[in-house]
Amino acid sequence: MEELNALFHGFAVVLTPYNMVLMFIGITLGVIIGVLPGLGGANGVAILLPLTFTMSPTSAIIMLSCIYWGALFGGAITSILFNIPGEPWSVATTFDGYPMAQQGRAGEALTGAFTSSFVGALVAVLMFTFLAPLVAKFALQFGPPEFFSVYLLTFCSFVGTGKGNPFKIVASMMLGFGMAAVGIDIVTGQLRLTFGLTELLSGFHFLVAVIGLFGIGEILLSMEEGLSFSGHSAKINPKIVLETWKKLPTYWATSIRSCIIGCWMGIIPGGATPASFMSYGVARKVSKDGDKFGTGQLEGVVAPETAAHAAGTSALLPMITLGIPGSPTAAVLLGGLLIWGLQPGPLLFVEQKDFVWGLIASMYLGNIAGLIVVLTMVPLFAAILRVPFPIIAPVIVVICAIGAFTVKNNMLDVWLMMVFGVVGYAFKKLDYPLAPMVLALVLGDSAESSFRQSMLISQGDLSVFFSNWLVGGITSLALFALLWPLVSALLTRLKPPPKTGGAAA
Amino acid sequence: MSHNQETGPSGTRTVVIDLVVAAIIFALGALVGWDSYRIGASWGSDGPQSGYFPFYIGMITCVCGAVVFVQSLRKLGTDKSVFVTPEQFKQVLVILAPSTVYVLGVQLIGIYVSSAVFIALFMRFAGHYTWLRSVVVGVAISVCSFVMFEIWFKIPLPKGPLENLLGY
Repeated sequence: MEELNALFHGFAVVLTPYNMVLMFIGITLGVIIGVLPGLGGANGVAILLPLTFTMSPTSAIIMLSCIYWGALFGGAITSILFNIPGEPWSVATTFDGYPMAQQGRAGEALTGAFTSSFVGALVAVLMFTFLAPLVAKFALQFGPPEFFSVYLLTFCSFVGTGKGNPFKIVASMMLGFGMAAVGIDIVTGQLRLTFGLTELLSGFHFLVAVIGLFGIGEILLSMEEGLSFSGHSAKINPKIVLETWKKLPTYWATSIRSCIIGCWMGIIPGGATPASFMSYGVARKVSKDGDKFGTGQLEGVVAPETAAHAAGTSALLPMITLGIPGSPTAAVLLGGLLIWGLQPGPLLFVEQKDFVWGLIASMYLGNIAGLIVVLTMVPLFAAILRVPFPIIAPVIVVICAIGAFTVKNNMLDVWLMMVFGVVGYAFKKLDYPLAPMVLALVLGDSAESSFRQSMLISQGDLSVFFSNWLVGGITSLALFALLWPLVSALLTRLKPPPKTGGAAA
Repeated sequence: MSHNQETGPSGTRTVVIDLVVAAIIFALGALVGWDSYRIGASWGSDGPQSGYFPFYIGMITCVCGAVVFVQSLRKLGTDKSVFVTPEQFKQVLVILAPSTVYVLGVQLIGIYVSSAVFIALFMRFAGHYTWLRSVVVGVAISVCSFVMFEIWFKIPLPKGPLENLLGY
């Protein structure tokens, strides 16, 4: 029960008044970020990262991870009340959540969404508490080839789990790697891809890319739809909450299934978005009310929200234990760790016990705090959404500009942010996924150095990635994920199609 | 892109943009590959050279760009979906153009004055608010961020003549 002791120590770290205040500030900011168009978990955390530079790493990660939980909760509010998913992972919540709001059952839908988010997160944190130390202990034996094969698996899973054109996924990823290579080569000191420009010496900072791609890009996309949106009003009172809570236990099977899907999809870098879709699809197929899905079923809100939150939480597991984030937001948090001077990876569990267990404890408390905040303050957040877009849009541009500038106190970054914004807009419209690019930009240098170290060990022989059962297994799994689109295309061509309906999920 | 599948031929078609972007991706890949080759993409005396890893990244980028280009070429005759309609593009420019001018303003006269002017003008002309409301919101947000960043968090942002005048 070493973990439990460590966990209680973590609670002691978190339960100081200062950290508790940070936690509530983080949750509130997170929900606002999740509610506003153009600000999401990833770029919200990216913009607020500079504010934490003066804090201790533990306080900083508590605040930032709470922003992340808040954003996960907040996405549901816009989906249900406005039929606008505030975050990609809450798209599936609109399918049944918005019809419920139209029928005047917004309070029920919101309570159901928040409660099942909480359940999903709680299960994922429990898994995290007991699995993370094991993974970290296991990963301590990893050498460079093992690490590279895990990186390979991370990137290949994007192809395996992604829905779009695999070549576009890989292209986006490779552009990320290309940008990561710009600047001074950390091994030889050679300048790469700078073309004589001194501004490019330090390379592209991924925070600037995140703010531009997700923030400015999203604003441009929202502007297309025009300057107005309208929504339903929400009333939540204790009576509705209690009544909904009475109904929720009947969906226990859906909850458990969604938790499992969410945890699994979070650890492999599928992320919260596919997890929520997959969970919705499975629930629709298995449920006896499956035909009524899409017309305002509470179960149709429970399934995607549980899975999204479970995936969002477990995405931090590979980030903390291996230094490999499972989602763009986790990637930004990883960038934060590096800036605070912490080296993510298995050693974190040995050297930074306070930090790791403080973070895990804050996951428990942050989600409880989050549930309280969202349930009590829904009308306030819905009011923020009613602030007209002509005010919100320029304010978000200003916030993004401040965020991009503070990364390195560099004006060029603000210009780059605008360029990334246009790129993000075009990529979104052309179905190039942005997450692989961001992860490649963050992990590029580490992936490259583990590759080079492996090559040094083997003197340039690629068979080092199959040299023992562990590294060979991970590499094979990665190659399988990479070739999965090809395999599944062949399978569907061989078999007569049974009836399309999300079967490929 | 089902939401802009309109029958009218107005606006640029998605396939055309797809072709252009694929060509740009190919070019970027070639650039990465070429520069990596220039600094050495093979095995040096002490192990892999600096261009060893990026060279292959560049090559894979080129392959992906080329494949997407060919895929789009094959859809050129059939896919009529529109990338952006003229009205949508106008809407995008409504925020993109002022934002670009705003960034220029940040560089020249500092972030606080630019932000106030940007927000106020955008509210006035894109949102049709009264001058009073626009100016009040713009200035209020600017002052709030000044207090938050310069005084509270002590994070220096770009400043111009006005802030100098006030002694910051």
